Amino acid sequence: MSDTDTVEPVRSIRAPARLEYRFTAGAAQSRFLRHLVEGKILAQRCPQCGKVYVSPRGACAADGVATREEVEVADRGTVTTFCVVNVKFAQQVLTIPYVSATILLDGADIGLMHLIQEVEADQVHMGMRVEAVWSPPEERGPTLESIRYFRPTGEPDAAYESYREYV
Amino acid sequence: MAETCAVVGIGQTKYSATRGDVSIPGLLREAASRALEDAGCGWTDIDAVVIGKAPDMFEGVVMPELYLADALGAVGKPMMRVHTAGSVGGSTALVAASLVQAGIHRRVLTVAFEKQSESEAMWALSRPLPFAPPTLAGAGGYFAPLIRAYIRRSNAPDHVGIMVGVKDRENALRNPYAHLHIEDISFEMVAESAMLWDPIRYLETCPSSDGACAMVVADEAAGDRSPHPPAWIHGTAMRSEPTMFAGRDAVNPRAGRDCVADLYRQGGITDPRRQIDMAEIYVPFSWYEPMWMENLGFAADGEGWKMTDDGSTSFQGDLPINPSGGVLSSNPIGASGMIRFAEAALQVRGQAGEHQVDGARLALGHAYGGGSQFFAMWLVGAEKP
Repeated sequence: MSDTDTVEPVRSIRAPARLEYRFTAGAAQSRFLRHLVEGKILAQRCPQCGKVYVSPRGACAADGVATREEVEVADRGTVTTFCVVNVKFAQQVLTIPYVSATILLDGADIGLMHLIQEVEADQVHMGMRVEAVWSPPEERGPTLESIRYFRPTGEPDAAYESYREYV
Repeated sequence: MAETCAVVGIGQTKYSATRGDVSIPGLLREAASRALEDAGCGWTDIDAVVIGKAPDMFEGVVMPELYLADALGAVGKPMMRVHTAGSVGGSTALVAASLVQAGIHRRVLTVAFEKQSESEAMWALSRPLPFAPPTLAGAGGYFAPLIRAYIRRSNAPDHVGIMVGVKDRENALRNPYAHLHIEDISFEMVAESAMLWDPIRYLETCPSSDGACAMVVADEAAGDRSPHPPAWIHGTAMRSEPTMFAGRDAVNPRAGRDCVADLYRQGGITDPRRQIDMAEIYVPFSWYEPMWMENLGFAADGEGWKMTDDGSTSFQGDLPINPSGGVLSSNPIGASGMIRFAEAALQVRGQAGEHQVDGARLALGHAYGGGSQFFAMWLVGAEKP
């Protein structure tokens, strides 16, 4: 009897993959990220449609023009829509369930993705008013993670018509 | 003016969680061989190969088309790879068709695949973005907020998503290639399944599948001589839009509406609900059926859910949607769009077997991908355009 009759054939192998990359934020986003260290949220207004982008990318994707005018927007806003994540997956950082939300900051015209905490997941709802909870100044870096999460402000809900275009 | 062209061969693998019996090249070879057999032609009759799959990060094989050329008989022939995320199976078929429509090739083999058992899509789609909190949680995490917004916007009752989850799994029971064959599928089973990405339940979600789908697209002369009835292509359209811009309607995207308007113009469609007999559309999460009914012009804004609710989209309805069981029953991601296109073609060829829709003469194949920003569609008919 030869070895090939007794040895189980190899059907698959594990081949770990690694990908390293260098990410360049670009001029507009770099300024936005540096302002986060100071607890400020910097946006840019499109000269054509007048919409305020946060985070700014230096251009309006709808009009294809540069957005040079910088404006500061509030660190509070409205939950326009959200997802309660209850799925486990490899290398997950957060503990489930957690709420990932689209937040329309006051003064902005595009939603920002962030976490909602200090409230039970099943209490989060569309129109809920929320505010940023910042890391202490000495712990902040040029990242949106300098805002640890958003939490309810306790204000009355925003009217649906005020945010329905921003989901 | 585009040359007339047709689908003359279709090949699918059995879709399942793990096709451990074949390698990736073996999986593609299986689908391609079946398509050639159906077309009544051999490898040497093929002029070019167009291949598609979802991002390389899924299987971790970069530019797999290079090593797959051999298994697909493409050595020494033009071969092209298409990338448009989840819509790629549809876009790949359209690129193949364009090579024939442009008069460049007579017969093109097109293949799309995914081998999710050798992949980790959930992981690959959840990598933290630089300078941002790690909020990403797979495709469901992206689409759940859009579904929530749709439900709010249309005031659709909760049971509509559950109904789609049941209907597509019932349809899958009539399709031997489908991955999921849940014999005892019921409303209660879907309703009681775990809430994964609220408001998306486990059984309102697509499975992870291995599989490949292939087609032979040919010119008019080859279509006329094909051994089985061809599916004639009446229109093809692709559109895309940026993922993020102020004022974007991500629930009912402009790119999808523009894409289908172009398609209907080419096909002379003025009343899609009456003129189109059936459609295979990309529904990875149950609520995307009513959402796309509106985007595709089958229903007015806010009314798509009523088509599901009143049974119009069921196998017996006036516009059967996904009689194959759809993406909710088989999801080899890169192939999922091509399966929609192929299933639409199968229907107008009268070859859909137990899931054949009676009298299907004109059918729509649809795929979308990325953050609902890539769209690919075709219209196929039993008669020449």
